[in-house]
Amino acid sequence: MKARKIKEKIIESILLASSSITSITVLLIVVFLFSQGVSLFGDSTVEKGSVMAVNKNNPVKELTGSQIKEIFDQNVVYWNEIGGKKDTIILFRIDDIGNYYSDEEIGENFEGLSECVSRLVDSIPGILAYFPEKYLSKNFKGKVLPLEKVSLKTLFKGKEWFPSAQPAAQIGAMPLILGTLWVSLGAILLALPLGLATAVYMSDIAHGKVRRVMKPLIELLAGIPSVVYGFFGLIVIVPLVQQVFNLPVGETALSGSIVLGIMALPTIITVSEDAMRNTPRAMKEASLALGATKWQTIYRVVIPCSASGITAGAILGIGRAIGETMAVLMVTGNAAVIPHTILEPVRTIPATIAAELGEAAQGGLHFKALFALGCILFIITLIINLLVESISASNKHKSH
Amino acid sequence: MNKLESIDLNLYYSDFHALKNVSMAVKANTVAALIGPSGCGKSTYLRTFNRMNDLIDNVKIDGGVLLDGKDIYDKAVVTDELRKQVGMVFQKPNPFPKSIYENVAYGLRVNGINNKKILDESVEKSLQQSALWDEVKDKLKKSAFELSGGQQQRLCIARALAIEPTVILMDEPASALDPISTSKIEELIYELKKKYTIVIVTHNMQQAGRVSDYTAFFYMGSLIEYGETKEIFTNPKNQQTQNYITGRFG
Amino acid sequence: MSSTIASRKRRNEQIAFWLFRLLSFGVVAILFYILYFLVSNGIKAISWEFITQMPEDGMTKGGIYPAIIGTLYLVAGSMIFAFPIGVASAIYINEYTKDGVLKKIIKQMTNNLAGIPSIIFGLFGMALFVNQLKFGDSILAGSLTLGLLALPVVIRTTEEALKAVPDTFRQASLGLGASKWQTTSKVVIPIAFPNIITGLILSIGRVSGETAPILFTVAAYFLPKLPQSIFDQVMALPYHLYVITTSGTNVAESRPMAYGTALVLIVIVLIANLLANALRKYFGKKVKMN
Repeated sequence: MKARKIKEKIIESILLASSSITSITVLLIVVFLFSQGVSLFGDSTVEKGSVMAVNKNNPVKELTGSQIKEIFDQNVVYWNEIGGKKDTIILFRIDDIGNYYSDEEIGENFEGLSECVSRLVDSIPGILAYFPEKYLSKNFKGKVLPLEKVSLKTLFKGKEWFPSAQPAAQIGAMPLILGTLWVSLGAILLALPLGLATAVYMSDIAHGKVRRVMKPLIELLAGIPSVVYGFFGLIVIVPLVQQVFNLPVGETALSGSIVLGIMALPTIITVSEDAMRNTPRAMKEASLALGATKWQTIYRVVIPCSASGITAGAILGIGRAIGETMAVLMVTGNAAVIPHTILEPVRTIPATIAAELGEAAQGGLHFKALFALGCILFIITLIINLLVESISASNKHKSH
Repeated sequence: MNKLESIDLNLYYSDFHALKNVSMAVKANTVAALIGPSGCGKSTYLRTFNRMNDLIDNVKIDGGVLLDGKDIYDKAVVTDELRKQVGMVFQKPNPFPKSIYENVAYGLRVNGINNKKILDESVEKSLQQSALWDEVKDKLKKSAFELSGGQQQRLCIARALAIEPTVILMDEPASALDPISTSKIEELIYELKKKYTIVIVTHNMQQAGRVSDYTAFFYMGSLIEYGETKEIFTNPKNQQTQNYITGRFG
Repeated sequence: MSSTIASRKRRNEQIAFWLFRLLSFGVVAILFYILYFLVSNGIKAISWEFITQMPEDGMTKGGIYPAIIGTLYLVAGSMIFAFPIGVASAIYINEYTKDGVLKKIIKQMTNNLAGIPSIIFGLFGMALFVNQLKFGDSILAGSLTLGLLALPVVIRTTEEALKAVPDTFRQASLGLGASKWQTTSKVVIPIAFPNIITGLILSIGRVSGETAPILFTVAAYFLPKLPQSIFDQVMALPYHLYVITTSGTNVAESRPMAYGTALVLIVIVLIANLLANALRKYFGKKVKMN
């Protein structure tokens, strides 16, 4: 008897342990994602071991990552554009040292290099020197600029995503966030009316036989891997979009939306059809018995009664679209710029992670930035899931 | 002339023969009760009068159902026009998830009446007819779900009355209600008979006795006996009817 | 007046119904076209050699044998992990916990896990299995990552299966003095078994097509040999399709290979769906007859 009791206890603990695995996984995902993602903050966008220095009379106290990029791209040429004097910005990289000093002065083993850099920065008022920290002499006569630390502002205010840029990596997530939202919203705008119409048709208009053919087909298409949809999109949708709109490239936000829309259709159709079929029969009959036509019954009773189910389906569809990786990666062109029209290439958060993680050095700024993107994606999808749950929970409450 | 009449009516659900050669007639401004054990076809029969059975796949009907002498299964008849003349009250109160006012106004709205004055008048009149007006006149904008079960059922009756039908079908309208609400509904039926023709399905023998003028006993899809309620209850001609009424089965 | 309203009602209904019919047939046509396009193109590429040979010439010729095998390994690996744990969790949730905080938390977390995008599983799998636990890019890391992804699917389908078992069976067994576990293992699970297997098959369909989670945990770009241990990398069908359509050495020439690979993936999903439906129908009937 006792042995049996112990056995029961052991089994119960094994079952409990198994059921805690999902919770542990969620927690671990949060820990790993956020520990990597958050460690991004505090790092500098300028490569480690490098120094940015200016003449000591230069009033500029610090440069942001995007300002550095603008300067190195020569979009900013005068110090007064970024709060300094009227001098022209003279860029100096360590390789340029030969232009200013002779080999003797530098020394055979670069022993004079630190001194040369120091003198150079002191002598040119408009200089911006970028050089390895080891050539910073002890009595450096210029002013070393503090390196900007990555903050939430860098991530959300930055307008460019170019994490491998030199000398300052650009890790503005906005183009990616916007790209994700554009593509997903576009997908829903396409899929929602079509999906709803199909759901209404299947639940309340079509003959039982038609429904019995449509339903399995739609379920089958829900199961087809996203990479296959991406492949189809690349071969069929992308050239189609290119031709119809006469574009240089067909890999655009629109192509992404179309492919994602097609992928979202089965979800939207099944969820909203279920909601509509759950409308109590008594409600429909009451309406018909009052002389309403079938159509009046659909839009006055069935749709309002299943509104929350339909909303849940739509949000679920958006959630899927936002997290979708492969199909989007294959058809949107992956340009990390803030899109102006839907006919331009865009890049989404999941696609960025998939495309870049392989080439990012582990533990580097780029690597951490990708995890930070993962955190953003995680939070967005979590919010969406909670939204869907609260809607369906309130729905259950109402129907009782 | 008979208000409602069925002639040799047969109804099949796929292979199942649910109604067998049912012929009976209901006079205007009377109450006819349909009784019989569960599954005897009485609800199915009731639903042939407003063609509610059309909603089910694979239903086949032959024979005739006449309303004011015209066949309602004629091709030219449009079901929603028919249902405006033949109102229905269901077993469980089934108000829409809308306000009390909108529930009553629904039938008018779907028939293109949106004039506020007409709607107001009709809602008040219907609620008065269903003896609910005094209880709800101050909360017409409240959800119909806030009413008690009995009130909800009277609301459903008001809703059916608003489209001014001539016939009202009632499918066990009091089976989900407590005794007090039930007696209110029964009083109401007595009042309504002055203006309407009523066909009521009921499980409750006493109820049939109290409210109806005529009673029809159904068994296994056939109409076994039909006649004046007094006759059926005191002097049934058929042995099965007698067994059922005296409670020996069902 | 009433007749014009009546005819307007009817006209509106007809217009609406035609519109809806048109839109739904449009949707069905699109979905059918996708299937038709992929199947008709894929069928030309598929041959015995295609599924039994190594890829050659920069993946423009030969077959996809190692990718098929790789996917099989990954599916098997992930299910060995996810199936027992998933079924056990579902049993715990459905048979052992009462409605309470614990059940709520477990269910909430399972839902959360189900809602996480697959690319995040990829990130996590790389951080935990590849880097932290030092499995490297390997079948082990990939299978575990895919297994975690499949876990909520297994749990949900098993839970549904268990819920469908009428309580009277449990009460009957407990009433005869059987313990909880005896009741669960001897009565509940056997009845729910067909539906549990259905869930397993559906998760296999899901897992075999996932790409994002294996990108950084196991998938090899080009590896024309079979794995020797669970610490080896493998090719996998979905990743192979991605690679030869976007970044292969010769995208145009590998097109037929891509069509073939896509079809193989579709066939896997198709078989999984058909099998699941058939099982459901077969056992559904059997239960009803009893």
